[in-house]
Amino acid sequence: MKCNQNGMETSSALELVLRGDPALLAIVRLSLAVSLSAVLFAALVGLPLGAALALTRFPGRGAAIVVLNALMGLPPVVVGLAVYLLLSRSGPLGELGLLFTPQAMVIAQAILIAPIVAALARQTLEDLWLEYRDELSAMGVGPARRIATLIWDGRFSLLTALLAGFGRAAAEVGAVIIVGGNIDGFTRVMTTAIALETSKGDLPLALGLGFVLIAIVVVVNALAWGARRAGERMAG
Amino acid sequence: MMRAPATDLPVRLDDASFAVGTVTIIDRMTLTFAPGAPTLVIGPNGAGKTTLLRLAMGLAAPTSGTVTFGGRERGPPLRRAFVFQRPVMLRRSVAANLRYALSAAGMPRRQHDGRIAELLALVGLTGIGDRPARRLSGGEQQRLALARALAREPEILFLDEPTASLDPAATKAVEDIVAQVAARGIKVVMSTHDLAKAKRLAGDIVLIHRGRVVETGPAEEFFAAPKTDAARRFIAGELLI
Repeated sequence: MKCNQNGMETSSALELVLRGDPALLAIVRLSLAVSLSAVLFAALVGLPLGAALALTRFPGRGAAIVVLNALMGLPPVVVGLAVYLLLSRSGPLGELGLLFTPQAMVIAQAILIAPIVAALARQTLEDLWLEYRDELSAMGVGPARRIATLIWDGRFSLLTALLAGFGRAAAEVGAVIIVGGNIDGFTRVMTTAIALETSKGDLPLALGLGFVLIAIVVVVNALAWGARRAGERMAG
Repeated sequence: MMRAPATDLPVRLDDASFAVGTVTIIDRMTLTFAPGAPTLVIGPNGAGKTTLLRLAMGLAAPTSGTVTFGGRERGPPLRRAFVFQRPVMLRRSVAANLRYALSAAGMPRRQHDGRIAELLALVGLTGIGDRPARRLSGGEQQRLALARALAREPEILFLDEPTASLDPAATKAVEDIVAQVAARGIKVVMSTHDLAKAKRLAGDIVLIHRGRVVETGPAEEFFAAPKTDAARRFIAGELLI
């Protein structure tokens, strides 16, 4: 009996996905928009930060790297809570009125994944710098060109870092549910919708979104793998 | 043509030392590399050959004493170039590695293609410009490293044991290019612990041991009538410890 019921819910979920249910598609679209925007902002902060940590030496650098690596494991609910306090009406940025908007969700996800992008970029660029340092110094290459060279030659690994950040952003629920509020048609994304619909017992929609989320994660990983392979093929 | 920058020659070490912590690798060395026949820096492993070349290239700064390039104590390499024992190829094609070096040396982009073809021909790599540089064999990578160094149109070329990990055929190919380079008037300074190579290529010899210059002079004199006991023992194949 239970098996039958599960089977019916699964087939209903697949039907929702295959016929492109408008509610489901709207949630997927918002999820992608929020997470991709978060990756963009995380890249704008994380890549230069990673490059700076990789190429400069200063007192406390080791501690900064340890902190950055530790921040990769930031609990999403803690980030959500911190952003909530910042954006809430009585918070320092309350006047902006961003709480329970997609922008707040982008901010929370960007904070969550910027350390991932920065830490992976730092490792990639530092390894590359150790390898290239003597050759670039012997060629008389200046600091700006060095950074550009490292970023270009490390582009496939850096893309992997961005995709890892996207995967983390797309799959997290704790931060966006706190700062977004899971408002139907406005701030409801895949993960928050799955949590809500499951608690309501509407399993087909939850399952359908789950299928899409898994498909996105698989595609992201395939892209990361493909980027690395392309890099190896092109650059040797 | 590339603009002719100020000269890097002579490269002069004046009482130069290099130490890491309490370990002295180069000990109060005074040497001059001026235009002329190739200079071979020889000595046993750990004598300080690589560090001497790095100081003379400006890749390392002396911890005491001075190193000057055409009378200047600091500044980027203008017309000096370096080939490492294990060269690192950029993650690009063979031609793109050369293009990068030409661009770093300030050559206008429109002149790149012609110069790349010349350099590839010089080192015997014509026809493989599109291949990923890191997929080349060790000997091919070393020849590409030579071409990349020559892209700077150097007055002085430092080579740090460039054939140490190559087979005889690849070694000969690299040595032939080095001889051609020297014949063009580029000052070659090469380190090796291989006496046969030193005899084949050297105009002058600098024998170093434990970070100090033991003996210098024209290669013929050095091998025929060494002045020091250490040089005699080294030439005889005895271990300098």
